Amino acid sequence: MAASVHKLVRKDGKKSHNILAPLWFLLPALILVAIFIYYPVFATANMSFKNYKLFDQSNIFYNGFENFRGIFKDLHFHRIIQNTVLWVSVSLFFQFFIGFGLALYLKPKFKFSGLYQGIIFIPWALSGFLMGLVWKWIFDDNLGVLNDMMLKAHLISTPIPWLSNANWAMAAVIIANIWYGVTFFVIMILAALQGVPNEILEAAELDGCGKAKSLFLVIIPYIRPTLILIVLLRIIWITNFPDIIFGMTSGGPNEQTHILSSWLVQKITYDQDWGSGSALGLLMLGVLFIFTIFYLLATRLEEDSEG
Amino acid sequence: MFKTLGKATKISVLSIWFVFTIFPLYWMFLTSIRPVREVTKKFYYPHANSTLDSYRTLFKQYAFGTYIKNSFVVSFAASAFVIFIGMLGAYALARYKFKGKSQIMLVFLITQMIPGLIALAPLYLLLSKVHLLNTLFALILCYVGGMVPFATIMLRGFLQRIPPELDEAALIDGCNRFTALFRVVFPVALPGIAATFIFAFVQCWNELFLAMVLIDSDANKTFPVAERSFIGAYYIEWGGLAASVMIGIIPTVVMFGLMSKFMISGLSAGIVKG
Repeated sequence: MAASVHKLVRKDGKKSHNILAPLWFLLPALILVAIFIYYPVFATANMSFKNYKLFDQSNIFYNGFENFRGIFKDLHFHRIIQNTVLWVSVSLFFQFFIGFGLALYLKPKFKFSGLYQGIIFIPWALSGFLMGLVWKWIFDDNLGVLNDMMLKAHLISTPIPWLSNANWAMAAVIIANIWYGVTFFVIMILAALQGVPNEILEAAELDGCGKAKSLFLVIIPYIRPTLILIVLLRIIWITNFPDIIFGMTSGGPNEQTHILSSWLVQKITYDQDWGSGSALGLLMLGVLFIFTIFYLLATRLEEDSEG
Repeated sequence: MFKTLGKATKISVLSIWFVFTIFPLYWMFLTSIRPVREVTKKFYYPHANSTLDSYRTLFKQYAFGTYIKNSFVVSFAASAFVIFIGMLGAYALARYKFKGKSQIMLVFLITQMIPGLIALAPLYLLLSKVHLLNTLFALILCYVGGMVPFATIMLRGFLQRIPPELDEAALIDGCNRFTALFRVVFPVALPGIAATFIFAFVQCWNELFLAMVLIDSDANKTFPVAERSFIGAYYIEWGGLAASVMIGIIPTVVMFGLMSKFMISGLSAGIVKG
């Protein structure tokens, strides 16, 4: 390859002679990203203004904002928005704080801490859909082990309708999601904690900081940029994660446990209403985009005013 | 006194979380070894009449051997391919300075915000145009395409920590950029590459919706899609489902368990600092 004659960029930042060399290396990645990620965005945007039903292919035409209107007018729209906000905020809250707590406990090595970590990290390696099915089996109103245990422990006198009552079902899917997602925070926060230099902690101790004080005054400010980033990544990820709901309730009973992304899956796979599904996807993309910008601005502003 | 109290709290918190984490899988295991007629009975420990019948059903009544093989082929091929493509891109981003570099980084980073689900319909239409529907190859392509940004960003993080003097020396010894990358840099970056590979493999192994939309024929189904065959309109075959879940989680759990210690440093280096 001709690139071999060109000099490497050194740490002092000397420029490479050939602009094309790095582009050749990047070309395969860029082509794939263009075809499999960006093209679908444009195709979705286009399709969202069409009447496009997979089972009625002879009847495809542009219908303006009809799909969007249909979404806003949908009987379950408000409930789904409510669910999405609950799903994201409650899951995130518990995942973050449980994950943070566990990471603090796991930072100092103890006997079997490697084994312990290996085991509690397992959910991360599992399929959200499969685990949705597993939790469905546990939460089952009549056959589920959870009701059985609670009855035997005399915590309840009649079985809780975990999956047949909309509000209980929403609680159930969120519990499953917390179970599933804590691992991510433990891994990320543990890694961040391990990056805090020991000298700083020792200096804080010398200055008379207790454990709690050094946590809030030293550790948290130090890992703050990491925390901000992983919380953002996680909010986006949880929003786009219908797998558990799909496995546990498929949005039921009576569409009452759908979030935006599981509703999207339903529109694409079951209803085969691709126009409406695309419109929903475009809305989600827009909301996430705006949210990300505000989030980054807000955290940046806060940092500026502090510094 | 506070110290012992603190220690007791720590032990109980860690124990509770341990039980909470492991219980659903333990319960699924118990379900999988119950006789089919007693699948709904609630024994909290393995019973005398435990049986492997549910596991046998998977391979006799259903073609789970095929589904698992398909999942392996797709996950392995897609992960290997994405490492190759990602290494090339990561190398350019880690070693060269050029105009438009930050824009290209942005192109990769923005993808993390795009819901992968919106690609379902467009990719179905695209792949049907090129007559690739219902093939494992189509699935591999889509997975590679979807994972390129994260793999590139993550690998870039690892490559940045390898001193450029290393490939410089290789160039002087007569390698070109390409051979320097794969013969000299690749082995040094292996821990990071392994972490990226496992991350990719787990994602492919667990992917459901694209596999559901793109694959129709039973012979090409992947493992998560096949799970759905246990779910009827009014009835779920819990024994078979439990057995298949137990089998289906083995590959990723083993992979992850073996690597978990070093995944922490690996992932954080690639993602957070990348």
